Amino acid sequence: MRHIPAMPDPVIRVEKLVKRYGSTVAVDGIGFTVESGVTAALLGGNGAGKTTTLSILLGLLLPSSGTVHVFGEDVLRHRYRVLPRINFSSPYVDLPHRLTVRQNLSIYARLYGIQGRTERIALLARDLQIEPLLDRPSGKLSSGQKTRVALAKALLNEPELLLLDEPTASLDPDTGDWVRGYLEDYRERTGATILLASHNMAEVERLCSEVMMMREGKIVDRGSPGELIDRYGRTNLEEVFLHIARGARTLEPVS
Amino acid sequence: MSNRAVRRFGEAAFSPARVWAMLLRYLYILRSSWPRTIELLYWPTLQMLIWGFMSQFLRTNSSYVAQAFGVLLGAVMLWDLLFRSQLGLSMSFLEEMWARNLGQLFVTPLRPYEWVISLLAMSVIRVTIGVVPAALLAIPLYHYSVFDMGLPLIAFLVVLMAMGWALGLAICGGILRHGMGAEGLAWTVIFAIAPLSCIYYPVTILPSWLQPFAWALPSTYVFEGMRAVMFEGSFRTDYLVTALALDLVYLALGTTIFFIAFRDARRRGALLQMGE
Repeated sequence: MRHIPAMPDPVIRVEKLVKRYGSTVAVDGIGFTVESGVTAALLGGNGAGKTTTLSILLGLLLPSSGTVHVFGEDVLRHRYRVLPRINFSSPYVDLPHRLTVRQNLSIYARLYGIQGRTERIALLARDLQIEPLLDRPSGKLSSGQKTRVALAKALLNEPELLLLDEPTASLDPDTGDWVRGYLEDYRERTGATILLASHNMAEVERLCSEVMMMREGKIVDRGSPGELIDRYGRTNLEEVFLHIARGARTLEPVS
Repeated sequence: MSNRAVRRFGEAAFSPARVWAMLLRYLYILRSSWPRTIELLYWPTLQMLIWGFMSQFLRTNSSYVAQAFGVLLGAVMLWDLLFRSQLGLSMSFLEEMWARNLGQLFVTPLRPYEWVISLLAMSVIRVTIGVVPAALLAIPLYHYSVFDMGLPLIAFLVVLMAMGWALGLAICGGILRHGMGAEGLAWTVIFAIAPLSCIYYPVTILPSWLQPFAWALPSTYVFEGMRAVMFEGSFRTDYLVTALALDLVYLALGTTIFFIAFRDARRRGALLQMGE
């Protein structure tokens, strides 16, 4: 009898996910999977439901209904089996300002139970070029420096799944490009899966092999950046985004 | 992933290392701002000075104080212990709110109950920093040592710390539920129970209809118990047992309020948004 190898479970499996705040529907019955080693993006305008979806994946937010599995574990029931294997970074969630970068990283390394945390912090500081910042208060860093420090915090536990909310927001083009390069390198080196929420089209085109376009809490289309561009007959992802965000199209691709 | 370079141990249901990490965080914060450390010492010392001189004056003018010099000083120190216990817990909690840090903390393997344990431990540290120097200063200044109460002092300390924690947890739950608009609760709630705790006067001074409310507070038993020790030289075990039983009830209530509020914050998405 021929042995058919079983398909590995996707790293993320979301089914019929709904989040309501009173009468407002932030996430409206979405479902998607992200396979291991892939960089995927949730793309959409403000209020599309990207950050809400990421927050539910992290267990910070309880959904109204639906299921979320990460590494095959039900996040709603067993989030503590999942959390040691994932990490998160967002420019909208700062590290405590009065602690130095080293103190902040050291505390998070302890929270993740990392063995050899001094060496790990030193390695990340070298990789992310934050060695001169280690003994400065986190609140006194520039946006670019804060982003690199936040990335160091997000990589402390060498996450198998990295969730990023607008990873290069408010960065100058040079720093943004550097961060994207680092993320690409990290994924290639470790085989990690990355899911990012963004409205930076160039970033998504460069980093992601899968894109889920969100509007008003729904996933209105999905595919690789190239597929989406071809499907809509556009020249780049930004044009596709504008097309979808302005509501000219919902579920049917343009001819 | 087979080629992992980092060894991590985040799966344990309870980790003293994670509690220590949080405690370390609050100690770093305390160390990073000397005005905050001074503030811890300032109020207990100031209170002790005011009531110390008041007691010295009253010793020659009041038979109540003359019978047991130190009754006011002991009371003020124990009251401060209760206040600092509640405030110490609430302040560490508020540090996270001001830093908008809950979203970062609760994507780590940190359990909410580990966080609570670190808040309790920090409350003990803040009380120690605040109250012990004031108590020591009273010895050369007024020849009064609160430590002369002996073992009953330990019982009073346990009752008041536990009551402070119960109040602190309920207040933190209120802030989690209602946001930073409820921040003022951390400083005000305790003073609402001060008149009923009968810190400086016996319960019998209160109107009879108010006395049952006073007896519903563990702190009332402590201050009545302290006066029994100082005036009569007797330790009221019945007071201690009742106060501890009440503490258990209030701790259960405070913990329940906190964890319900925490779960509600997760439902509302407030863990990511909460802050100044």
